[in-house]
Amino acid sequence: MDLNSFLYSFLVGGILCVIAQIFIDKTKVTPARILVGYVVMGVILTALQVYEPIVKFGKSGATVPLTGFGYLLAKGVEKAVSEQGLLGALTGGLKATSAGITASFAFALLWSLLFKSKEK
Amino acid sequence: MNKKEYLAYTEKRAKRSNTVVNCIKAFLIGGLICAIGQGFLVLYLYIGVAEETAKTLESVTLIFLAGLFTGIGWFDKIAKHAGAGTLVPITGFSNAVTSPAIDAKSEGFVMGVASQMFVIAGPVIVYGTVASIIYGIIYFFIMK
Repeated sequence: MDLNSFLYSFLVGGILCVIAQIFIDKTKVTPARILVGYVVMGVILTALQVYEPIVKFGKSGATVPLTGFGYLLAKGVEKAVSEQGLLGALTGGLKATSAGITASFAFALLWSLLFKSKEK
Repeated sequence: MNKKEYLAYTEKRAKRSNTVVNCIKAFLIGGLICAIGQGFLVLYLYIGVAEETAKTLESVTLIFLAGLFTGIGWFDKIAKHAGAGTLVPITGFSNAVTSPAIDAKSEGFVMGVASQMFVIAGPVIVYGTVASIIYGIIYFFIMK
């Protein structure tokens, strides 16, 4: 088994989280904006061909963070545009991310049925 | 150094050390979550799942677990220490969908649970997809 892939996942994923933590502590930016910013950054970095090498090196450390969601959106659009032309710009993003998005909502509904709100 | 200066100095130092501690925790827990994700990926590949499917299953597994942990109440306990460590991985997205949904149960399942799921996920999907459309259009003209 390739143990290095675990190490690199840990390192790259950890670093991406530290960058966000510094933003949260130093600029008081809200968590929601961090999530939005990370996804959009993922799209931009993939478009600039910067994120692909990070994925090759960092494996899950690059795909699990929300920048990886942006990476999927951008890769999906590339594929769809190559296959069906300009319309692919509209269809590619959600097609590539549909499993994660749909699963999030379906599971959330299930957990809402099973669990009650905790006292905070 | 008078008393006031000293207080300002210690406060600054405390703030800085807080940030350092927060970053270490975020690094360790965020890194661990990604390594666990990699573990699922390796497992799915090992049992013979195709690579693309295995990657998708990895995300779905993390989304499932993060939602479950949110429901049980463990997620908040970990997130209190982890900060960005649980927020930035896909677990943070799953928590952002599940947590407001569970909290809104008393408002019903349509305008409560289902609509609250989109409070944070909505903006993420809107700006993410719009960014991808812009890239798609640019990509189309570059390809030509």
